[in-house]
Amino acid sequence: MSGLRLYWRYVANCLRAQMLYPTAFLLRFVTQFLVTIVEFGGLFALFARFGHIGSWHFADIALFYGVISTSFALAEMTSRGFDLFGPQFVKTGDFDRVLLRPRSEMLQLAGFEFGFTSIGRVLQGLVVLALAIALLPISWNIGQVTLLVWSIVGGCALFWAILIAQATLAFWTVEALEVTNTLTYGGVEAGQYPLDIYAAWFRKFLLFVVPIGCVSYLPVAALLGRANVTGLPVVADELAPSAAFIFLAISILAWQRGVARYTSTGS
Amino acid sequence: MSARAFIGPYRALLSVRFSLMLQYRTAAVAGFVTQCWWGIIKIMVLAAFFAGNSRQPISLSQAVTYVWLGQAFLALLPWQADADIAVAAETGNVGYERLRPVDTYSLWFVRALAWRTANACLRAVPMFAVAAIFLPLAGLAAWSWRPPASPLSGLTFAISMTLTVLLSSAMTVILDCAVVALKTRRASNLAPLFVNILSGMVVPLALMPHWAQGFLFWQPCAGLVDIPYRIYFGNLVGRTAGEGLAAQGLWTFVFIFLGRTWLRRVMDRIDMQGS
Repeated sequence: MSGLRLYWRYVANCLRAQMLYPTAFLLRFVTQFLVTIVEFGGLFALFARFGHIGSWHFADIALFYGVISTSFALAEMTSRGFDLFGPQFVKTGDFDRVLLRPRSEMLQLAGFEFGFTSIGRVLQGLVVLALAIALLPISWNIGQVTLLVWSIVGGCALFWAILIAQATLAFWTVEALEVTNTLTYGGVEAGQYPLDIYAAWFRKFLLFVVPIGCVSYLPVAALLGRANVTGLPVVADELAPSAAFIFLAISILAWQRGVARYTSTGS
Repeated sequence: MSARAFIGPYRALLSVRFSLMLQYRTAAVAGFVTQCWWGIIKIMVLAAFFAGNSRQPISLSQAVTYVWLGQAFLALLPWQADADIAVAAETGNVGYERLRPVDTYSLWFVRALAWRTANACLRAVPMFAVAAIFLPLAGLAAWSWRPPASPLSGLTFAISMTLTVLLSSAMTVILDCAVVALKTRRASNLAPLFVNILSGMVVPLALMPHWAQGFLFWQPCAGLVDIPYRIYFGNLVGRTAGEGLAAQGLWTFVFIFLGRTWLRRVMDRIDMQGS
């Protein structure tokens, strides 16, 4: 069986398992959608009060928000195994079993508890994106649609990289570290706004340390026809999401080193 | 029974909970760093909004103080049912609660109270040290947690926060009842939806639309965040501060009454899972 087919098998299994309790499934889905959409409502309230933030209006921010929220939700949906790696695999010693199987351990973790309930969050991201597209006076052509999809794909890669890095840390710490939430949930929060509203040190952090700005601010500002204020050349806007893939590659390398030095905690 | 013997079990529970919470120092440090980070992002966003349009019901420095207070007392928000009671509800052990020779409602209330306050104390103190003392020393006074508007505001804030703790505990017991009634901890999953937006954690309620202000002030969640913080920085004074305290007291009373009634009904026809 090819890797991809095995992955789909995992996904189908998860769906079947979760569908055994359809009400619970539906409730979780609806809850997640409502909780995240209400947060977006808070953003709308701020715009109703202030009118604009810097030179940006509600529709602009909705586009930033939609891109980052959709990317995060897609990444979250396919990486539960990494998210729960510390408590579910290292602490219990279950990772031993994963290693014994003649399949890539990354594939197995990616297929673990496929997060169908995160669909609620994906839906929220898409609703916000649709709203932004409806409100913005952009005449969409192939290039712009590609750039939009490209930045979402880049965002996915970035959050994947963060979640893999979080899992890698668990090889050393065993426990899950809540601190990585600053980069996942905190990253979503920070990426919802254009970088030019932030202090310079924070802007640099979001561009060169954890490149969230590269998957939201740079490409989206280009889509909106704005010059970026980072001092990077214009060509960087379209290329920026590739930074996420470099970050992902580094994360995977670190992960492999972690796997190589893994010693079981199990009994 | 002497008063002392009556209070005994509750006091024991309170101190056990406190020392238990203090065991989880690493988790507390991690949570603290996360909250500082969160506070900084929120403040930068608010500052950018205020830069374009600063004539608002509350000033930027008040909004900044609001954010820090919110992060410091985050643990007081009734986001979920008591973890032990949730486990007990799912395993059927909740039946043992019927065997204890104390009033179940009071016990659960004290349990929630101990949990919330221990958690909040653990985080509020370092948050105050960083946001109110370190930031001004580091030359970032504009981003710091300011002292209360006046000694009277500070005093009223202390009273209001006491009511906040009671209100939050009463709401937690309601969530406990929901979890026991439905036998799953997911019964309280919708709580954050209402708590976050209606308490002012997402956006300070004073910055919400003008037409909604009356409703927002008198709904129960305002007493968790918005009312005490507005008292702190002098946005609610005199009569309005009194109204704020009244709203908190009223809702605490209502939720205690509802919780007592519901708990009695739940416990009367409890069916236990497990052996």
